[in-house]
Formats: sequence, C-alpha cells, structure tokens
Amino acid sequence: MPDAATIKARIEAGIPGATADVDDWTGGGDHFRATVVAEAFNGLSRIQQHRLVYEIFGQEIGGPIHALSLTTLSP
Amino acid sequence: MTDQQDNQIREAITDAIASNDVILFMKGSPEAPACGFSARTVGILQSLDTRFAAVDVLPDPRIRQELSALSNWPTIPQLFVGGELVGGCDIVTEMFETGELAELLGAEGHSEAADPAVADGATLQIENRLS
Repeated sequence: MPDAATIKARIEAGIPGATADVDDWTGGGDHFRATVVAEAFNGLSRIQQHRLVYEIFGQEIGGPIHALSLTTLSP
Repeated sequence: MTDQQDNQIREAITDAIASNDVILFMKGSPEAPACGFSARTVGILQSLDTRFAAVDVLPDPRIRQELSALSNWPTIPQLFVGGELVGGCDIVTEMFETGELAELLGAEGHSEAADPAVADGATLQIENRLS
C-alpha cells in the first residue's frame, strides 16, 4: 500500500526540481492530496500540469491509489 | 468482450462529447452521486445553473477504460466543455473559485437553451440535466 512519503518521493523523482507536499487524506492509504511546485509547470495548462504528475503513477491511479487530488503551482 | 464492442463504446463516448456542449462523466447520477468528487463537481455545475449532460461510468467498466484512453486522464469525474477536457474535480473546483469556470461556461453560451442533442443515449445512458 502506498504511503504519503512514498508518493512525495516519487513525484519529486519523476519531475526534476519539483517539491511536493503530500497528505493521506483519509488515513486509509488510498486517497491522497498533493501540492506540487515545479519549474516544469511553467507555461503549461492545468490539465498538462496534472498529467505530468499522473503520468508518474500510470495505472496505479484508479487502482491502489484511488484518488490523488492535485494542486499544481509554478514557483 | 470483443474489440468491436469496445470500439462501439469508444464511438459512443466520442459522439457524446461532440454532441453535448457540457458533459460530465461521473460515478453515479447527478441526483445520486456515488463518489464525493463526482458529487462536488455536480454541485459546482448546479450552482452555476449550468445545463449539462451526465454519463454514469459505473454500469460498465469499459466506459471508464475507453474514456481514460481517449482523454489521457486517469480519474473520474471528467468535465468536457465544447469538446475539450476541462479537468476533474480539482481543476473544476479551482476554476470555480477563480471565476474561470463561470467565464468558460458563459463564453460557450451554455445558459442559452442549446439543443441537448443526445447521441446514442442507449449505450451510455446519458441524461440531460437542467440543473
């Protein structure tokens, strides 16, 4: 089962220069909430920014990770 | 399940997105959402008096598979306006709070009584909602 620290580490590894704050929203290990700040988001639409994060997890979103709620920001 | 059936579902989804200016793919129905994220998104659309079509993805897992393959977006709900993916609950909420959503929906003229023209409602069980 994923935990918030693992998800944070994977986001930060998957998007160079990103910093992520991740909460386990329900404490159940399947609904997470993340705020991600990354230079890589500059010039991208929100959809494109969220896709960059979702792509790190692929099929896990909707599977073991039931929900990953995102707020994305460029620094 | 055959490839042909999957293609039919994909075509029905594509048609539904093309024929409805505002369409929400969700879990459950606007009256009885089956997930908090779908419920919140419906609530936002209703608070803006938006007329929207709703598709429940739960009756057949292939609807969700084909939709996500088509939209390159992994989660439900998914809101489309004017044929374009706007986003899921997070983006819709953020755009609602900044006023961008009202602007987008207003600019597309959805408060006008547009023809709801439902494509192949039998396959996808599309419901048209007047908030």
